[in-house]
Amino acid sequence: MMLTRFLFEKIDRAGWVFLVLLGIAAVLVPVLNLAVPPGSMFHVSNTAVGLWGKYMTYALLALAVDLVWGYCGILSLGHGAFFALGGYAMGMYLMRQIGPRGVYSHPVLPDFMVFLNWTELPVTWWGFSSFPYALLMVALVPGLLAFVFGWFAFRSRVTGVYLSIITQALTYALMLAFFRNDMGFGGNNGLTDFKDILGFNIQSQVTRAVLFSLSVIALMTGYLVARAIVTSKAGKILIAIRDAEARTRFLGYRVENFKLFVWTVSAVMAGIAGALYVPQVGIINPSEFSPANSIETIVWVAVGGRGTLVGAALGAGLVNFAKSWFTGAFPQGWLFALGGLFIFVTLFLPKGILGTFTDWWKRRGERREPPASSPARQPAE
Amino acid sequence: MLIDPMETQLPADPVQAIERPQVVTQSLLYLDGVSVSFDGFRAINNLSLIIAPGEMRAIIGPNGAGKTTMMDIITGKTKPDTGDVIFDGQVDLTQLDETAIANLGIGRKFQKPTVFEMHTVEDNIEMAVKADRTVFGTLFSRHSAEIWRRVDELLGIVRLGDHRKRLAGDLSHGQKQWLEIGMLLAQDPKLLLVDEPAAGMTDVETGATADLLKDIAKTHSVVVVEHDMGFIRELGVKVTCLHEGSVLAEGTLDQVSSDERVIEVYLGR
Repeated sequence: MMLTRFLFEKIDRAGWVFLVLLGIAAVLVPVLNLAVPPGSMFHVSNTAVGLWGKYMTYALLALAVDLVWGYCGILSLGHGAFFALGGYAMGMYLMRQIGPRGVYSHPVLPDFMVFLNWTELPVTWWGFSSFPYALLMVALVPGLLAFVFGWFAFRSRVTGVYLSIITQALTYALMLAFFRNDMGFGGNNGLTDFKDILGFNIQSQVTRAVLFSLSVIALMTGYLVARAIVTSKAGKILIAIRDAEARTRFLGYRVENFKLFVWTVSAVMAGIAGALYVPQVGIINPSEFSPANSIETIVWVAVGGRGTLVGAALGAGLVNFAKSWFTGAFPQGWLFALGGLFIFVTLFLPKGILGTFTDWWKRRGERREPPASSPARQPAE
Repeated sequence: MLIDPMETQLPADPVQAIERPQVVTQSLLYLDGVSVSFDGFRAINNLSLIIAPGEMRAIIGPNGAGKTTMMDIITGKTKPDTGDVIFDGQVDLTQLDETAIANLGIGRKFQKPTVFEMHTVEDNIEMAVKADRTVFGTLFSRHSAEIWRRVDELLGIVRLGDHRKRLAGDLSHGQKQWLEIGMLLAQDPKLLLVDEPAAGMTDVETGATADLLKDIAKTHSVVVVEHDMGFIRELGVKVTCLHEGSVLAEGTLDQVSSDERVIEVYLGR
């Protein structure tokens, strides 16, 4: 009851529209995919379900980035690391589910370990045959890394571009580490050839539709949590830190604790997004740690509207939709288009699509009712 | 009993006799032999200063005299190389950071008015009002009638009641100064450090600000750094003139402004 009030109390109109549309999608898309015959114009193709499911996990990642960047001013160029770690945790569970069905038919070891002549499971892999344990790791590994990283970074007051560079280095270092075969995470091939999840065939269309719905639900939950945080008094403090960090400190707030909290929550959200991403795309490899991925996430948030939450999710959807289309139509052109889009948004839509739309909507409202707003403004002069 | 800094020559014997870590004074703020250098430049040089409980003090001095650095030392932003900074008789401020010092009861207004521009005026005050300042305390805090009554009261004191719903960033320069003073009061500090409160204000606003500070000084200790001599005359309090990081002269405004050395370095002939 308290939790419900905490989560739902401060949802605005854009938030409700967002939640309702997602709720409809979570139900309608699987129905249109599974129950409507492929010939019908209402049928949603299998490809579309997979693609949209992927967008949902990207949207959750964008939400996580917006929480720290839009509201606390921490420009993370390494959130892909948390996403990938969550993905690896899920991937390790899925690998263990293959069991003796691998190419080498080893009862315990995944194929790549047999190939490397390993004889027993490394400690890091213990427990991953259990789904609850894997879920715990999905949240714990990114969360713990973020906590330790943030504890040092925020306590030593690393801010601004320096922090961004360190986050970039963090994800790059992880990428190099995961490329190594002796790390025991499949080297540059990563983890793939998944068979089933919780006993359900991961290739079956029903499982894929369920994964889509779960991704939507995760996005909705992520939005509710993020919205509850930013509209609470702690959220006001986060914005205060973003705009005048020293002032916040002199008011008696422990800035580093607020940053650490929101940073860790954000990393856990990114990890969950990664964990939902991997079973839908069927592979996780070290390229997910690549710095370019994290930077692309920043572009999604900037395009959609920094500091709006809904806008960040929208931006992730739109940019990736454009990417899917572009890479089909002009495969070489995508990076130029992405760069151009970022420049365009920075110059002409500094508040992003949603921020610009909200401003326009407000101004329209004010023009309509001039008598109500102008006298109220007078004493302000 | 209050120590009158004019009667007590610093360093005073009884204080000197006590070992440093156990320095106990009855003053609210006690600076003794404080020095700090930046890259060889001595910004503060053997500075000693005592503020009594309930006292209002004006600090003047030419640019580079160390006024702002002194505030940085008191509020924990800068650590002194040597010297004692004791608050409330026993707390060694050199061991604490900005947040801890703020929560002890020292509020600071910056030279450039610093408010949260993207928050409304009333939210600025609300965040400053003394309340739970932990992450989880603020995350789950509910609307508190008590806090908002205090916000209303403070908005009245700093005369921003009509502007409470505006974004702080939309206020005029003078209004921002007042909002920041309101935020300072909201913290309910024992000591207010106010850096150039009248900068960029019209004459009318300056007069009102002087009245406001005099009012505040009835219940708080206040240290005001200011260049505007008219403003200081209006405050009518004891004046300390800093020069090259140490105290040059101390006394009433008339005493200080007739001091030969003060005229030499600051007022000009």
